[in-house]
Amino acid sequence: MFAKKLAVSLLFGALAAGAAAPADAQVKVGVVTSSTGPIALVGIPQKNSVPLLPTNIGGQTVQYITLDDGSDPTATVAAFKKLITEEKVDAIIGPSGSPNAMGVIQFAAEAGVPMLAPVGTAAVVLPMTEQKKWVFKTTQNDDLIAEALLAHMEKAGIKSVGFIGTADPYGDNWLKVFGEGAAKRGIKLLASERFQRQDTSLTAQGLKILSSSPDAVLIAAPGSSSVLPQTTLYDQGYRGKIYQTHGAALPDFLKLGGKKVEGTILAASLMLVLDQVPDSHPSKKIASDYVAAYEKQNGSKPATFGANVYDAGLLLERAIPVALKGGEPGSAAFRGALRAALEQVKELPATQGVYNLTAADHSGFDERGRELITVSGGKWTLVK
Amino acid sequence: MNFQIVMLLGQDGLTNGAIYALLALSILLVFTVTRILLIPQGEFVAFAALTMAAMQGGTPVRLGWLLLALAAAAMVMDIHATWRRDGRPAVRRGSVLGVGYAAALTVLTTLVPLGDAGVAVQALVTMALIVPLGLALYRVFYQPIAAAHPLVLLIVSIAVHVVLVGVGLLMFGPEGARTEPFSDGGLRLGMVMLNSQTLWVVAVSLGLILGLYLFFERSLYGKALRAAAVNRLGAELVGISPELAGKASFALAALIGSLSGILIAPITTIYYDSGFIISLKGFVGAIIGGLASYPVAALGALLIGQAESFSTFWASSYKEVIVFTLILPVLVWRSLSHHGAEDEE
Repeated sequence: MFAKKLAVSLLFGALAAGAAAPADAQVKVGVVTSSTGPIALVGIPQKNSVPLLPTNIGGQTVQYITLDDGSDPTATVAAFKKLITEEKVDAIIGPSGSPNAMGVIQFAAEAGVPMLAPVGTAAVVLPMTEQKKWVFKTTQNDDLIAEALLAHMEKAGIKSVGFIGTADPYGDNWLKVFGEGAAKRGIKLLASERFQRQDTSLTAQGLKILSSSPDAVLIAAPGSSSVLPQTTLYDQGYRGKIYQTHGAALPDFLKLGGKKVEGTILAASLMLVLDQVPDSHPSKKIASDYVAAYEKQNGSKPATFGANVYDAGLLLERAIPVALKGGEPGSAAFRGALRAALEQVKELPATQGVYNLTAADHSGFDERGRELITVSGGKWTLVK
Repeated sequence: MNFQIVMLLGQDGLTNGAIYALLALSILLVFTVTRILLIPQGEFVAFAALTMAAMQGGTPVRLGWLLLALAAAAMVMDIHATWRRDGRPAVRRGSVLGVGYAAALTVLTTLVPLGDAGVAVQALVTMALIVPLGLALYRVFYQPIAAAHPLVLLIVSIAVHVVLVGVGLLMFGPEGARTEPFSDGGLRLGMVMLNSQTLWVVAVSLGLILGLYLFFERSLYGKALRAAAVNRLGAELVGISPELAGKASFALAALIGSLSGILIAPITTIYYDSGFIISLKGFVGAIIGGLASYPVAALGALLIGQAESFSTFWASSYKEVIVFTLILPVLVWRSLSHHGAEDEE
């Protein structure tokens, strides 16, 4: 199985190098993901979602050109420049990482190419500037998720919180957003500790949190790195409520954490609890279809990161027909019209929630883009 | 900061420090014998941990394929070497055995579910995979250039490390993994609870260090390795094969690396690329020992463990900065105390 996969990927690698540009594609979309390197766990489901993107929009064939940046922001810049100058793409989906995205905004804006970034940090679209006009973000803003967690904390009577986050933009932004929200609600932030994804021990951070004895702890870390802080706290005897961000919303969280993550509260998109969401939810059918298609193709369930790329495809599917009235694909007029059309997308149901984009809000989620979820009996359960 | 916190931090530092010490010793061993800075040492750690986790999690164990590929490459290189030397290709028995061994292990790990086999069996299978991996790496990448300048060897080391990290992503996927602890519970000493895994780590490390000491002081092979480390040419003249010395030091390094991986896997989440940063701290320990002294390197590594633990408590964001800054005063002191740095080449 593995040998076969290896052979197939080598073969495709060779083919892709030779046949990068079929002639008849009309709309060209570049995709930059980090499918190798430290944030490969984000990039791999994103890369695997590319074949599920719409290939025919408004009578135009859409060609996707996928590049890997190896999680390296410098390589992201190179990939963007290649897509813009050599491939002359009409839009770019990506990159996977927040620091990678921050570094390429100016290049996308200078070339006037709309960029649909499936990244976590709200800094790519906020505060809105002339350059960030070209960036659209297909994930929930951190403050939307933080609001839900804070509301739950307030209801549960929690007065003080400890914070453990990764020492990267993800943790930085969460500390900022959550700290501001907590201050507004009169919840005290007693300690804030940071760690690296590859750290082998979080004992010291855990002790520091324990010694300030908060009512609850918030852990802000992407992917499986969100597990170690929580199991460390559990082993050290902490039994207060533990909150997680949407970064922890992946199947491996339960596998790695086992019994020690029972009772965790997190807010994330509905993908984790699809079967428990009422059928009336506008995203349910789209998300179920996506998960089924992804599973059929890759043999495993997608992490939410992949859905962010899929949503970018849905946004393009809505905006391209409108933009075609503004100019021919491949022209600056078309790209400008595409940007304007993306900004006008209203009530678009997608896998993560419902998009309502405006000139000021290039993320466009509302409370339909988040669900409060808890771990109960070793399973993700919707908080009613 | 009270007594209990100090004890807990100390215990944490000791656990990590013991692992760093093991890695420092193996980096030092390989360097003195072969003049290769073994950057891929960390990959032995990560691969061992992830292989254990794959067995326990019931996911396919793919390390055998890498071993098989390297063994096959070694065989081809052997055939090529005899061809160049004797004018006709010949197959050495050793390389056939290597390929056969790798194939047998690959079949075993692919077909037999080892999930319920128990930690001891899983650990043995893991070591049976990693130790020959060390041998094969030496044969394929380093043996043909064994006489090259240390700088060339270092560059090859970096390349091997980068390739292995990529292969690791392919074999184990991007997600981290963790294994079951060897035993539950712990030991209560006064008011401090000693974690059972800490005891395992410390006990195995001490045992291994003692074993290495006996090996180098008492056994003929150990003495031969030491001789090769002291003077390569002289050792060759008295009949010690540099190839054998190189292979033996790599096998030992892989053994130590895999043991470290097996020990650390229940404590923390290991990713396919975690090995580098762990072995880097072992390397700092080895530097403190001047890449020459085993006891100083081990002590230095223990010191790194403690520094890491306490600096994390005080300033978690700056932990790596503090740990790696420690190397500066050591380097300054060493360069001041050794006047006129001698180049060994």
